[in-house]
Amino acid sequence: MMQRRGLLKAAGALLLAGLLKPFAALAAWNKEAFASKSSADAMKSLGSPSAEASGGIVIEAPQIAENGAVVPIEVTSKIPGTTSIAVLVEKNPYPLVAKFDFTEGALPFVKINAKMGETSDVRVVATAGGKHYQATKEIKVTIGGCGG
Amino acid sequence: MAGPMKMRATLASGYTDVRVLMTHPMATEQQTKGQPHFIQNLEVKVNGKTVIEGQISQAVSRNPVFSFRLKGGAKGDKIEVSWLDNKGDTNKTETAVA
Repeated sequence: MMQRRGLLKAAGALLLAGLLKPFAALAAWNKEAFASKSSADAMKSLGSPSAEASGGIVIEAPQIAENGAVVPIEVTSKIPGTTSIAVLVEKNPYPLVAKFDFTEGALPFVKINAKMGETSDVRVVATAGGKHYQATKEIKVTIGGCGG
Repeated sequence: MAGPMKMRATLASGYTDVRVLMTHPMATEQQTKGQPHFIQNLEVKVNGKTVIEGQISQAVSRNPVFSFRLKGGAKGDKIEVSWLDNKGDTNKTETAVA
């Protein structure tokens, strides 16, 4: 332990931070964005208040989801240099479902299962080179999945 | 509490396909009368290096399943996925790319 501390001081915390970083130091959970009740507010809190429509974002999801408790949503960004992808369900009580940050080792792709309270647009916001892009897709829900 | 996780990492053409399942209630505010219990942070590492950081909400389904794609990759690469929930519970799993 002492050795490690010495090393940290000598080499600077930055180098080792990536390896030793405990969870406490993870990019904090964006409470403000997740507590937003509209997707516009959530996007503001994420630092992407406006986003340009883009065909480079591909959203694969069923047109009709029979069970709103588990709606598979697959997102691929073909925009070069994509560093983050956020998924929002417009009509959920809190629209922001998830945000992923990708480094060079990962492709800007993610598949999640989300809950949807009712039929809604799903909005995906991708960030690449400091610019924001978005795409939407409507998913019809026959049985909502946020409550009971 | 932190239930078991399952993960599979396989080589595809040009990328590594990672699928991970986390056992977690992902209970919403509505289900719990204002005491939600859900995973907030997750992290994917390859050979010790963080490649994906995720923040998620209570709107992710119970017992979440995620798929990720990692650039390139080789058989035997060590993939590690960990999560942290809003009550401080945490869990992680690791596997080698097959």
